[in-house]
Amino acid sequence: MNLDLTEEQKLIQDTAREFATAELAPVAGELDRGGDQKIFFANLKKLAELGFMGLNVSEEYGGTEAGVIAFSVALTEVARACASTAVTLSVNNMVCEIIQAVGSEAQRQLYIPKICSGEYLAGAFALTESGAGSDPAGMTTTAVQDGDHWVLNGSKIFITSAPYAGVFVVWAVTDKSAPKGKGISCFLVEQHTPGLVIGKKEEKLGQHASATNELLFQNCCIPKDALMGKLNDGFRVAVGELAGGRIGIGSLALGVGLAAMDAASAYSVERKQFGRKIAEFQAIQWKLADCYTDLDAARLLLMNAAFKKEQGRSFGKEASMAKLFASEAANRACYEAMQIFGGYGYTCEFPIERYARDARICSIYEGTSEIQRLIIARDILRGFS
Amino acid sequence: MIFELTEEQKLLRQMVRDFAEAEIAPGVEARDEEERFDRELMYDKLGELGLTGIVFPEQYGGAEADYISYAIAVEELSRVCASTGVTLSAHLSLGANPIYLFGTEEQMQTFLKPLAEGSKMGAFGLTENSAGSDAGGTKTTAVRDGDDWIINGSKIFCTNGGDAEIYIIFARTDKNAQKHHGISAFIIEKDTPGFSFGKKEKKLGIRASPTMELVFENCRIPAGNLLGEEGEGFKVAMKTLDGGRIGIAAQALGIAQGALDAAIGYAKERKQFDKPISSFQAIQFKLADMATEIEAARLLVYQAAYRASAGLSYGQQSAMAKMYASDVAMRVTNEAVQIFGGYGYTREYPVERMMRDAKITQIYEGTNEVQRIVISAALVK
Repeated sequence: MNLDLTEEQKLIQDTAREFATAELAPVAGELDRGGDQKIFFANLKKLAELGFMGLNVSEEYGGTEAGVIAFSVALTEVARACASTAVTLSVNNMVCEIIQAVGSEAQRQLYIPKICSGEYLAGAFALTESGAGSDPAGMTTTAVQDGDHWVLNGSKIFITSAPYAGVFVVWAVTDKSAPKGKGISCFLVEQHTPGLVIGKKEEKLGQHASATNELLFQNCCIPKDALMGKLNDGFRVAVGELAGGRIGIGSLALGVGLAAMDAASAYSVERKQFGRKIAEFQAIQWKLADCYTDLDAARLLLMNAAFKKEQGRSFGKEASMAKLFASEAANRACYEAMQIFGGYGYTCEFPIERYARDARICSIYEGTSEIQRLIIARDILRGFS
Repeated sequence: MIFELTEEQKLLRQMVRDFAEAEIAPGVEARDEEERFDRELMYDKLGELGLTGIVFPEQYGGAEADYISYAIAVEELSRVCASTGVTLSAHLSLGANPIYLFGTEEQMQTFLKPLAEGSKMGAFGLTENSAGSDAGGTKTTAVRDGDDWIINGSKIFCTNGGDAEIYIIFARTDKNAQKHHGISAFIIEKDTPGFSFGKKEKKLGIRASPTMELVFENCRIPAGNLLGEEGEGFKVAMKTLDGGRIGIAAQALGIAQGALDAAIGYAKERKQFDKPISSFQAIQFKLADMATEIEAARLLVYQAAYRASAGLSYGQQSAMAKMYASDVAMRVTNEAVQIFGGYGYTREYPVERMMRDAKITQIYEGTNEVQRIVISAALVK
């Protein structure tokens, strides 16, 4: 074992931290309260210039080729400052990786450089439907072949970055008669395609600067070669790629949790009650010790999953463990931090309430904590026979 | 970063696992029931396997492996028998390691070598009846008399007590010094006149591991048995415990893994409502949480061990590992009993023993409350 970051990984972590501190942290609160979206977009462009949109993507397509551990530590640093920026980063990286993994050479050449360079502010991942959340194989959006085209009909919900994504990875049923999960295919749909309608924008608890919308497909006609990967093999692709995304969301959660605890630690040595710094009370020390221990364990689980993925080994269970543990630990850390701040933590004067709101989605999206537990249980029960 | 064991570490794990399952597992219930420490099986054989001095240089009788290897050995032993796990941890981390860290060359040859080779067993006497978490409150005294020290007082809760041949004992050498500064560490051999054993504790768990009171009545030892500098004993104790926490964290990890393995095996066999109980989400989710927490604990333990071997600071990490792994061991063994239902509460299955064994890991080698003080002190200093 060697648990030290390499020089390259450290450099990426430092670059991310410096950018996050200088550019993201000062505007995160304002963006959360509905501030100018241009600032958010400008920061995405700058992150693309820094090479953060394709961290685990080949240089041939404009990626950074820095690996999965580098991706994880970068995302954590960005999330310390702004979770909305971090989730956009996570999804963009995932879209690049999925196109690299299953797309044709033409598809790779066409789309990945645009996301990596910032020409496209974002890519989007359109899997969830109103009736297909934890059970994505239950989707009803259809794609029917018509000559040289596919015609899409149906709708998707909760699509991150939809209003400003340049390309959408979309899953649709291509064989209704196939057993569940065996008749789904994956497509690349460009923005502004006729019949692709950006629907209702969700009003959310947190991660306000990141848009989450409904997508409608109304006889949306896309070229035949917009199919990505093999016909009817899309569900397997989705399930595989979500495992990588879980490392992203776990890393994001870790960043938010650390931001909350760092703020709470700093506050605890300033704030005085009963004539002493509250950091001198064991009640506060206990919270700090427990939360930082949890977050360090989360970090190690994430690094372990990232290492396995980077090595090309199976990493599904490890990614689920890391995502489950990190998202739950981040939520606990945010609420303990709020408790340490007392009434001030509940106000918008301090960022703690934003951290708590931003952290909450982490145990829901990219597979709920309950789904992670199913994946983990299935794996360990299988391994024991 | 490399999250992978070396070939040597993998082979070691397999060797210790095979040994534990073939030789330690049979009779584990009986030894627990009878509160019987089997020296030959639970210690001498560990020496034959090269485990009793696994981290020490070859010149002192060790195997010159790293702390991850040590953690793996304690983990695998504890997966089957927590009493054997703590025997190794108390011997190596608490009995032998302070001699390696603070001993003179002569002390290493005389005392460390037989300990590392496994011909003698080590133990550690710090705790007193009124000095537990507050170890600075030590009342046992050592008074200089010519070329000797004369020790008076008593120590409690000494693991390996009575069976060990070599003891690291802490005594106050300067009554006027400030609390933590007047304490010194000594090496005392079994059978030294004036050194006797008091009550053997009857315990909830780790019942095959002896826990004894040590009594010193005008016990005379040579000046050469002072370990480290006079008055620096508290530092010796704290440094020793930093390493010891890795051993106990590994013990807790092993107990938890043993309980999870038992629970998975049972859940797949046990049928209720015409289905294996492992097909119910209520059981699946327990197993998933148990496995995830164990994996997190394992990584914290190996991180502390990695840092210890790499020469990096590791006090905070070993405190985190010990606190977290022991809390996990308690939760996991408790859930394992739940999965076994009524059977789990009986002596017919191993999980009730594992739960009893797990409890002590939250208490000894510094209670988890003391670990939290150690962890937070580093955070808000």
